[in-house]
Amino acid sequence: MSRKNKKMLSSFLRYFVLIAVGTVMVYPLLWMIGATFKPNNEIFSGIGLIAKNPTLDGYKGAMIRYGGEIDIWKSMLNTYKIVIPKVIFTVFSATIAAYGFARFKVKGRNLLFACMMATLFLPQVVLNVPQFLMFTKFGWVDTPWYLSFIVPSLFATDTYFVFMLVQFLRNIPKELEEAAKIDGCNAVKTLWYVIVPMLKPSLASCALFQFMWSSNDFMGPLLYVNTSKRYPAAIFVKMSMDGDSGFSWNKVLASSLISIIPSLILFFLAQDQFVDGIAAGGVKG
Amino acid sequence: MAKGAKSGSVQAPVKKRSLKKALNDNSGFFFVLPWLIGFFVFKLYPFGSSLNYSFTDYGLHSKTTEYGIMNYLNIFTDTKILKSLGVTFRYAFLTVPLKMVFALFIAYILNFKIKGVNIFRTAYYIPSILGGSVAIAVLWKAIFNDSGLMNTILGIFNISPISWLTDANYALFIICLLRVWQFGSAMVIFLAALKGVPENLYEAASIDGAGKVRQFFCITLPMIAPVVFYNLVTQLVQAFQEFNAPYVITQGGPRNSTTLISLLIYNNAFKMIRLDLQAHRLGCYLSLS
Repeated sequence: MSRKNKKMLSSFLRYFVLIAVGTVMVYPLLWMIGATFKPNNEIFSGIGLIAKNPTLDGYKGAMIRYGGEIDIWKSMLNTYKIVIPKVIFTVFSATIAAYGFARFKVKGRNLLFACMMATLFLPQVVLNVPQFLMFTKFGWVDTPWYLSFIVPSLFATDTYFVFMLVQFLRNIPKELEEAAKIDGCNAVKTLWYVIVPMLKPSLASCALFQFMWSSNDFMGPLLYVNTSKRYPAAIFVKMSMDGDSGFSWNKVLASSLISIIPSLILFFLAQDQFVDGIAAGGVKG
Repeated sequence: MAKGAKSGSVQAPVKKRSLKKALNDNSGFFFVLPWLIGFFVFKLYPFGSSLNYSFTDYGLHSKTTEYGIMNYLNIFTDTKILKSLGVTFRYAFLTVPLKMVFALFIAYILNFKIKGVNIFRTAYYIPSILGGSVAIAVLWKAIFNDSGLMNTILGIFNISPISWLTDANYALFIICLLRVWQFGSAMVIFLAALKGVPENLYEAASIDGAGKVRQFFCITLPMIAPVVFYNLVTQLVQAFQEFNAPYVITQGGPRNSTTLISLLIYNNAFKMIRLDLQAHRLGCYLSLS
């Protein structure tokens, strides 16, 4: 085989693998979108993506209220009532903590940093019961403003983001801060006027990941939300699956799809941000 | 990771002591303070009290009457816990290596000059962004239930349907598959690492007559070793904490074949209102650290 043929073959193989794997990755999602437009008897009768007899029954079904108190829109509103404050507070608190860790000589900093790394590996299940008892005592469980989700985020409890921002801060030259100091900025001003503008892309990554992860969170609402009118979308989708799977999959899939549309839109708008964010955590680590 | 602990600005020597100066010198502490409070209240205290409960027979509706290591001893006799631990380890040791190998393999291919690399990257990455959500777990159930999409596909090839989710032989595998499907985030990290390997190393190696396979094992892998390690650790941690998929798709069944440890703890603690199984959370935790 000539050298040129060999090269052709290997590049053909590469594209073949990439396309085959890509199909496996994307096909279920596309099929899901198609299935929401199919009548129930058509969904599992073929593997096609496009409905032969398109119908909006699935979407109509998804709009039905459960127990007169919750529907898909309300549950999504609830989700973002949790997610948006959580994102904002996490970005704030994580930036402050990361700045403290990366730039100051705090007494016992190595120990504190080790503690922070340790919490990264601490499984949530270990903490759930005492946290649940504690939040119950504070009266944070099942409140209209979801205090049990939002208050902890004020204290940078999602340590991953502190870690991520410390990584990013290492790439920002210290000379800038020294210059700011000479110009008479105190630490708070330096953080606000020098560090935050430089960190903007990384802060955006933090916000995006926190958005995705909190939208996907399921165990939290399962523990801390008990009233059906306060259920977020994750619980609503699970409920609608328990109620209807087996006989109206188009409805179940339609409500699932609606619940992930905001995340999908955000992903397509800010794809590079996601990629940069996740790569930075690992590569510079 | 430890490097971060060492880098830090050197404070200017203190010449005049004033309150303001003292405040300024310790200002780092005030930045760390909110995190520290959060750490004590929301992490350390719950952890300590979990540890404490693990030595008692405390329950949500009953007071402590007994102290001792009986919970830890129970781990070795309670078949449910043992089975669940086994399932968790099988889950982790099936998904993590598969995911890593897949991620590295695809990243390796994408690292050649591929046209439309961004399109492929997006296609591979979407599942790992959405995969943790309940919506995708529901989709998985739609695909693998008895009359689901997978059996429809098998039907085309005249293969009789398989009860993926109700047969104890397959259910865990399907839950694993959902996680392997989300290899995108690990892949993105690998891809960034592969781009960082200097080109001239490969050139030198090929002059010395090393083939592609040799180059991969002798240059690529050692160069990206820290990233492999990072991925391995984060993936392991995540695998041991998996909860959504088994809860939504199989409820731990059939015959507890998908009851991961987190699901067992949830069921025990919040459904049966029994806390004396706290011990094996620690077993789970210790196995991690």
